Amino acid sequence: MVIILSGTLAGILTRVLLLKLDYRQYPGYPHGYISHFSLGAIASALGAVAVPALMNKDFTAFTFLALAAQQFREIRNIERQTLENLEETRLEKRGKDYIEGIARTFEARNYLVMGTAFITSIAAMLAGIWAAVAMALILIFFSKTFMAGKNIGDICEVIPGQVNFKKSLLCVNEIDFMSVGLPEVRRKIMQEALGVMIKPKDDNARATLHDMGQRMAITHTAALVMGSKKEVDIPEFTPLARKNPDTGEVALYIMPVEKDMASLILAVQRTPLLESARVKPLKTQAGRIAAD
Amino acid sequence: MGEEAKYILAVITTDKNKVTGAVPIFIADSEEEKEKTALFLAKTLDAMVHDLENGIYFIVRH
Repeated sequence: MVIILSGTLAGILTRVLLLKLDYRQYPGYPHGYISHFSLGAIASALGAVAVPALMNKDFTAFTFLALAAQQFREIRNIERQTLENLEETRLEKRGKDYIEGIARTFEARNYLVMGTAFITSIAAMLAGIWAAVAMALILIFFSKTFMAGKNIGDICEVIPGQVNFKKSLLCVNEIDFMSVGLPEVRRKIMQEALGVMIKPKDDNARATLHDMGQRMAITHTAALVMGSKKEVDIPEFTPLARKNPDTGEVALYIMPVEKDMASLILAVQRTPLLESARVKPLKTQAGRIAAD
Repeated sequence: MGEEAKYILAVITTDKNKVTGAVPIFIADSEEEKEKTALFLAKTLDAMVHDLENGIYFIVRH
Protein backbone atom coordinates (compact mmCIF):
# COMPACT_ATOMS: atom_id res chain seq x y z
CA MET A 1 0.00 0.00 0.00
CA VAL A 2 2.81 2.38 0.93
CA ILE A 3 4.41 1.63 -2.41
CA ILE A 4 1.34 2.61 -4.40
CA LEU A 5 0.64 5.66 -2.26
CA SER A 6 4.16 7.05 -2.50
CA GLY A 7 4.21 6.63 -6.28
CA THR A 8 0.79 8.20 -6.72
CA LEU A 9 1.59 11.14 -4.47
CA ALA A 10 4.86 11.83 -6.26
CA GLY A 11 3.01 11.76 -9.60
CA ILE A 12 0.26 14.09 -8.46
CA LEU A 13 2.79 16.51 -6.97
CA THR A 14 4.64 16.63 -10.30
CA ARG A 15 1.43 17.40 -12.18
CA VAL A 16 0.42 20.16 -9.74
CA LEU A 17 3.82 21.81 -9.95
CA LEU A 18 3.70 21.72 -13.76
CA LEU A 19 0.23 23.28 -13.81
CA LYS A 20 1.21 26.83 -13.04
CA LEU A 21 -0.21 29.65 -15.12
CA ASP A 22 2.59 31.02 -17.24
CA TYR A 23 3.12 33.05 -20.40
CA ARG A 24 0.97 30.60 -22.33
CA GLN A 25 -1.96 31.85 -20.21
CA TYR A 26 -3.57 28.44 -20.51
CA PRO A 27 -5.50 26.83 -18.88
CA GLY A 28 -6.78 29.96 -17.23
CA TYR A 29 -9.99 28.64 -15.74
CA PRO A 30 -10.80 26.31 -12.78
CA HIS A 31 -12.40 23.58 -14.88
CA GLY A 32 -9.29 23.30 -17.00
CA TYR A 33 -7.26 22.83 -13.84
CA ILE A 34 -9.62 20.15 -12.54
CA SER A 35 -9.61 18.08 -15.71
CA HIS A 36 -5.83 18.16 -15.97
CA PHE A 37 -5.40 17.48 -12.27
CA SER A 38 -7.70 14.45 -12.42
CA LEU A 39 -5.97 13.04 -15.46
CA GLY A 40 -2.63 13.50 -13.76
CA ALA A 41 -3.96 11.66 -10.71
CA ILE A 42 -5.17 8.77 -12.85
CA ALA A 43 -1.86 8.65 -14.70
CA SER A 44 0.14 8.54 -11.48
CA ALA A 45 -2.11 5.87 -9.95
CA LEU A 46 -1.64 3.72 -13.05
CA GLY A 47 2.11 4.16 -12.95
CA ALA A 48 2.29 3.34 -9.25
CA VAL A 49 -0.01 0.30 -9.39
CA ALA A 50 2.00 -1.26 -12.18
CA VAL A 51 4.95 -1.99 -9.85
CA PRO A 52 3.27 -4.31 -7.28
CA ALA A 53 1.40 -5.98 -10.13
CA LEU A 54 4.68 -6.75 -11.85
CA MET A 55 6.12 -8.12 -8.57
CA ASN A 56 3.24 -10.61 -8.49
CA LYS A 57 4.35 -11.65 -11.96
CA ASP A 58 1.16 -10.15 -13.30
CA PHE A 59 2.58 -8.98 -16.59
CA THR A 60 -0.76 -8.02 -18.09
CA ALA A 61 -0.46 -4.87 -15.96
CA PHE A 62 1.55 -3.36 -18.77
CA THR A 63 -1.41 -3.48 -21.14
CA PHE A 64 -3.10 -1.00 -18.82
CA LEU A 65 -0.26 1.41 -19.39
CA ALA A 66 -0.84 1.09 -23.12
CA LEU A 67 -4.49 1.86 -22.54
CA ALA A 68 -3.52 4.96 -20.58
CA ALA A 69 -1.27 6.08 -23.43
CA GLN A 70 -4.25 5.83 -25.77
CA GLN A 71 -6.26 8.04 -23.43
CA PHE A 72 -3.55 10.68 -23.25
CA ARG A 73 -3.40 10.86 -27.02
CA GLU A 74 -7.10 11.54 -26.95
CA ILE A 75 -6.45 14.42 -24.52
CA ARG A 76 -4.09 15.93 -27.04
CA ASN A 77 -6.80 15.87 -29.70
CA ILE A 78 -9.35 17.41 -27.36
CA GLU A 79 -6.97 20.19 -26.32
CA ARG A 80 -6.16 20.92 -29.94
CA GLN A 81 -9.82 21.09 -30.94
CA THR A 82 -10.74 23.34 -28.02
CA LEU A 83 -7.93 25.78 -28.78
CA GLU A 84 -8.67 25.80 -32.51
CA ASN A 85 -12.32 26.60 -31.82
CA LEU A 86 -11.37 29.42 -29.47
CA GLU A 87 -8.94 30.75 -32.07
CA GLU A 88 -11.71 31.85 -34.43
CA THR A 89 -12.86 34.67 -32.19
CA ARG A 90 -9.41 35.88 -31.20
CA LEU A 91 -8.09 39.14 -32.60
CA GLU A 92 -4.48 38.10 -32.18
CA LYS A 93 -4.20 34.52 -33.32
CA ARG A 94 -2.10 32.00 -31.44
CA GLY A 95 -1.35 30.17 -34.66
CA LYS A 96 -1.53 26.46 -35.38
CA ASP A 97 2.06 25.78 -34.34
CA TYR A 98 1.51 27.22 -30.88
CA ILE A 99 -1.72 25.24 -30.41
CA GLU A 100 0.02 22.05 -31.49
CA GLY A 101 2.81 22.79 -29.02
CA ILE A 102 0.40 23.29 -26.12
CA ALA A 103 -1.56 20.13 -26.97
CA ARG A 104 1.62 18.09 -27.22
CA THR A 105 2.89 19.43 -23.90
CA PHE A 106 -0.31 18.36 -22.14
CA GLU A 107 0.06 14.84 -23.51
CA ALA A 108 3.75 14.61 -22.68
CA ARG A 109 3.25 15.84 -19.13
CA ASN A 110 0.94 12.92 -18.41
CA TYR A 111 3.65 10.48 -19.52
CA LEU A 112 6.07 12.36 -17.31
CA VAL A 113 3.71 11.99 -14.37
CA MET A 114 3.23 8.30 -15.06
CA GLY A 115 6.98 7.74 -15.27
CA THR A 116 7.57 9.63 -12.02
CA ALA A 117 4.98 7.49 -10.22
CA PHE A 118 6.41 4.27 -11.67
CA ILE A 119 10.02 4.98 -10.73
CA THR A 120 9.10 6.28 -7.26
CA SER A 121 7.13 3.09 -6.60
CA ILE A 122 10.12 0.97 -7.61
CA ALA A 123 12.32 2.97 -5.22
CA ALA A 124 9.77 2.54 -2.42
CA MET A 125 9.68 -1.21 -2.93
CA LEU A 126 13.40 -1.82 -3.26
CA ALA A 127 14.78 0.61 -0.66
CA GLY A 128 11.96 1.86 1.54
CA ILE A 129 10.03 5.06 1.96
CA TRP A 130 12.97 7.46 2.35
CA ALA A 131 14.52 6.29 -0.87
CA ALA A 132 11.15 6.91 -2.52
CA VAL A 133 11.05 10.47 -1.14
CA ALA A 134 14.55 11.14 -2.42
CA MET A 135 13.75 9.65 -5.83
CA ALA A 136 10.53 11.68 -6.07
CA LEU A 137 12.41 14.91 -5.31
CA ILE A 138 15.02 14.15 -7.96
CA LEU A 139 12.36 13.36 -10.56
CA ILE A 140 10.34 16.48 -9.77
CA PHE A 141 13.47 18.59 -10.02
CA PHE A 142 14.20 16.93 -13.37
CA SER A 143 10.67 17.64 -14.64
CA LYS A 144 10.84 21.28 -13.54
CA THR A 145 14.23 22.10 -15.00
CA PHE A 146 14.83 19.89 -18.02
CA MET A 147 11.30 19.85 -19.36
CA ALA A 148 10.88 23.61 -18.99
CA GLY A 149 11.70 24.40 -22.61
CA LYS A 150 13.57 27.41 -23.91
CA ASN A 151 12.45 30.97 -24.57
CA ILE A 152 13.08 33.43 -27.36
CA GLY A 153 15.42 35.28 -24.98
CA ASP A 154 17.72 32.23 -24.87
CA ILE A 155 18.44 32.23 -28.60
CA CYS A 156 17.87 35.85 -29.59
CA GLU A 157 18.81 39.33 -28.52
CA VAL A 158 15.81 41.64 -28.11
CA ILE A 159 16.53 45.38 -28.40
CA PRO A 160 14.32 48.47 -28.77
CA GLY A 161 13.49 49.48 -32.34
CA GLN A 162 12.43 52.79 -33.85
CA VAL A 163 8.95 53.00 -35.37
CA ASN A 164 9.07 55.31 -38.39
CA PHE A 165 7.40 56.02 -41.74
CA LYS A 166 8.93 56.09 -45.21
CA LYS A 167 6.15 58.24 -46.68
CA SER A 168 3.14 55.96 -46.10
CA LEU A 169 5.19 52.81 -45.41
CA LEU A 170 5.33 51.75 -41.76
CA CYS A 171 8.80 50.59 -40.71
CA VAL A 172 10.61 49.47 -37.58
CA ASN A 173 14.26 50.40 -38.10
CA GLU A 174 14.91 49.29 -41.71
CA ILE A 175 12.22 46.59 -41.93
CA ASP A 176 9.00 47.65 -43.66
CA PHE A 177 5.60 46.31 -42.63
CA MET A 178 2.74 47.80 -44.61
CA SER A 179 1.34 50.90 -46.24
CA VAL A 180 -0.80 52.98 -43.91
CA GLY A 181 -3.01 55.27 -45.97
CA LEU A 182 -4.70 57.63 -43.55
CA PRO A 183 -2.55 60.48 -42.15
CA GLU A 184 -4.61 60.44 -38.94
CA VAL A 185 -3.75 56.80 -38.30
CA ARG A 186 -0.09 57.42 -39.15
CA ARG A 187 0.08 60.19 -36.54
CA LYS A 188 -1.44 57.92 -33.91
CA ILE A 189 0.97 55.11 -34.73
CA MET A 190 3.96 57.48 -34.50
CA GLN A 191 2.84 58.56 -31.04
CA GLU A 192 1.76 55.29 -29.51
CA ALA A 193 3.36 52.34 -31.29
CA LEU A 194 6.31 50.35 -29.98
CA GLY A 195 8.80 48.37 -32.00
CA VAL A 196 11.51 45.90 -31.06
CA MET A 197 14.20 44.15 -33.04
CA ILE A 198 14.76 40.44 -32.44
CA LYS A 199 18.29 39.52 -33.45
CA PRO A 200 19.11 35.82 -33.76
CA LYS A 201 22.33 34.82 -31.96
CA ASP A 202 23.28 32.11 -34.48
CA ASP A 203 22.08 30.29 -37.60
CA ASN A 204 19.86 27.92 -35.62
CA ALA A 205 18.03 30.88 -34.11
CA ARG A 206 17.71 32.52 -37.52
CA ALA A 207 16.07 29.39 -38.93
CA THR A 208 13.68 29.30 -35.96
CA LEU A 209 12.63 32.93 -36.46
CA HIS A 210 12.02 32.13 -40.13
CA ASP A 211 9.01 30.06 -38.98
CA MET A 212 5.76 32.02 -39.26
CA GLY A 213 4.23 30.00 -36.41
CA GLN A 214 6.99 31.11 -34.06
CA ARG A 215 6.49 34.74 -35.09
CA MET A 216 2.74 34.46 -34.51
CA ALA A 217 3.49 33.08 -31.05
CA ILE A 218 5.64 36.15 -30.38
CA THR A 219 2.98 38.65 -31.52
CA HIS A 220 0.31 36.74 -29.60
CA THR A 221 2.32 36.79 -26.38
CA ALA A 222 3.22 40.46 -26.77
CA ALA A 223 -0.42 41.43 -27.39
CA LEU A 224 -1.59 39.30 -24.48
CA VAL A 225 0.84 40.77 -21.97
CA MET A 226 0.90 44.39 -23.16
CA GLY A 227 -2.66 44.69 -24.39
CA SER A 228 -3.39 45.65 -27.98
CA LYS A 229 -5.36 48.52 -29.48
CA LYS A 230 -6.49 46.40 -32.38
CA GLU A 231 -10.21 46.27 -33.06
CA VAL A 232 -12.28 44.50 -35.68
CA ASP A 233 -12.55 47.70 -37.74
CA ILE A 234 -8.94 48.85 -37.15
CA PRO A 235 -6.70 46.32 -38.92
CA GLU A 236 -3.91 48.94 -38.90
CA PHE A 237 -3.21 48.18 -35.25
CA THR A 238 -2.62 44.46 -35.75
CA PRO A 239 0.67 43.49 -34.10
CA LEU A 240 3.04 42.17 -36.75
CA ALA A 241 6.43 40.49 -36.92
CA ARG A 242 8.35 40.80 -40.17
CA LYS A 243 11.73 39.52 -41.21
CA ASN A 244 14.61 41.30 -42.83
CA PRO A 245 15.21 38.90 -45.74
CA ASP A 246 18.94 39.69 -45.86
CA THR A 247 19.92 39.34 -42.20
CA GLY A 248 17.15 37.15 -40.78
CA GLU A 249 16.42 39.70 -38.05
CA VAL A 250 12.78 40.07 -37.11
CA ALA A 251 11.05 43.32 -36.17
CA LEU A 252 7.91 43.44 -34.07
CA TYR A 253 5.36 46.23 -34.36
CA ILE A 254 2.60 46.59 -31.78
CA MET A 255 0.09 49.22 -30.62
CA PRO A 256 0.14 48.41 -26.91
CA VAL A 257 -2.32 49.61 -24.32
CA GLU A 258 0.57 49.91 -21.87
CA LYS A 259 3.37 51.76 -23.62
CA ASP A 260 6.32 50.32 -21.77
CA MET A 261 9.39 49.25 -23.73
CA ALA A 262 11.04 47.30 -20.89
CA SER A 263 8.04 45.06 -20.33
CA LEU A 264 7.54 44.53 -24.07
CA ILE A 265 11.14 43.32 -24.36
CA LEU A 266 10.58 41.01 -21.39
CA ALA A 267 7.36 39.63 -22.91
CA VAL A 268 9.12 38.88 -26.21
CA GLN A 269 12.06 37.29 -24.42
CA ARG A 270 9.78 35.05 -22.38
CA THR A 271 7.81 33.78 -25.40
CA PRO A 272 8.20 30.01 -25.43
CA LEU A 273 10.27 28.52 -28.21
CA LEU A 274 7.94 26.24 -30.16
CA GLU A 275 9.14 22.69 -30.60
CA SER A 276 7.83 22.64 -34.14
CA ALA A 277 9.73 25.80 -35.06
CA ARG A 278 12.98 24.69 -33.52
CA VAL A 279 15.41 23.60 -36.20
CA LYS A 280 19.15 23.13 -36.01
CA PRO A 281 20.84 23.53 -39.38
CA LEU A 282 24.16 23.91 -37.55
CA LYS A 283 23.92 20.23 -36.55
CA THR A 284 24.39 19.22 -40.16
CA GLN A 285 27.64 19.39 -42.09
CA ALA A 286 26.08 21.39 -44.90
CA GLY A 287 24.69 23.88 -42.38
CA ARG A 288 28.08 24.37 -40.75
CA ILE A 289 29.79 24.93 -44.09
CA ALA A 290 27.12 27.43 -45.11
CA ALA A 291 27.53 29.30 -41.82
CA ASP A 292 31.15 30.29 -42.51
CA MET B 1 -2.12 36.29 -42.05
CA GLY B 2 -1.26 35.44 -45.59
CA GLU B 3 -3.63 32.46 -45.63
CA GLU B 4 -6.78 34.27 -46.67
CA ALA B 5 -7.15 35.90 -50.04
CA LYS B 6 -6.82 39.67 -50.17
CA TYR B 7 -9.28 41.76 -52.11
CA ILE B 8 -9.29 45.35 -53.25
CA LEU B 9 -12.73 46.46 -52.14
CA ALA B 10 -12.70 50.06 -53.34
CA VAL B 11 -10.48 52.76 -54.80
CA ILE B 12 -10.65 56.43 -53.81
CA THR B 13 -8.95 59.00 -55.99
CA THR B 14 -8.83 62.66 -56.84
CA ASP B 15 -7.62 61.89 -60.36
CA LYS B 16 -10.13 59.76 -62.24
CA ASN B 17 -7.79 59.26 -65.19
CA LYS B 18 -5.55 56.98 -63.15
CA VAL B 19 -8.05 54.29 -62.23
CA THR B 20 -10.19 51.96 -64.22
CA GLY B 21 -11.54 48.44 -63.87
CA ALA B 22 -14.07 46.34 -62.05
CA VAL B 23 -13.80 47.88 -58.58
CA PRO B 24 -15.98 50.53 -57.01
CA ILE B 25 -14.21 53.82 -57.68
CA PHE B 26 -14.97 56.89 -55.57
CA ILE B 27 -13.85 60.21 -56.98
CA ALA B 28 -13.14 62.93 -54.43
CA ASP B 29 -12.79 66.65 -55.07
CA SER B 30 -10.18 67.30 -52.41
CA GLU B 31 -7.61 65.55 -50.19
CA GLU B 32 -9.90 65.98 -47.15
CA GLU B 33 -12.82 64.40 -48.93
CA LYS B 34 -10.59 61.53 -50.08
CA GLU B 35 -9.41 60.83 -46.53
CA LYS B 36 -12.89 61.05 -45.11
CA THR B 37 -14.38 58.74 -47.76
CA ALA B 38 -11.55 56.25 -47.25
CA LEU B 39 -12.02 56.29 -43.49
CA PHE B 40 -15.78 55.72 -43.70
CA LEU B 41 -15.42 52.93 -46.23
CA ALA B 42 -12.68 51.21 -44.23
CA LYS B 43 -14.66 51.37 -41.00
CA THR B 44 -17.77 50.00 -42.68
CA LEU B 45 -15.92 47.21 -44.46
CA ASP B 46 -13.61 46.31 -41.51
CA ALA B 47 -10.75 46.82 -43.94
CA MET B 48 -7.59 48.85 -44.25
CA VAL B 49 -6.68 51.95 -46.23
CA HIS B 50 -3.46 51.82 -48.23
CA ASP B 51 -1.77 54.64 -50.09
CA LEU B 52 -0.25 54.23 -53.55
CA GLU B 53 1.40 57.63 -53.07
CA ASN B 54 0.15 58.89 -56.44
CA GLY B 55 -3.07 60.37 -55.15
CA ILE B 56 -4.85 57.01 -54.97
CA TYR B 57 -6.10 55.30 -51.82
CA PHE B 58 -7.34 51.73 -52.00
CA ILE B 59 -9.13 49.62 -49.47
CA VAL B 60 -8.10 46.02 -48.82
CA ARG B 61 -9.60 43.36 -46.62
CA HIS B 62 -6.75 41.38 -45.05
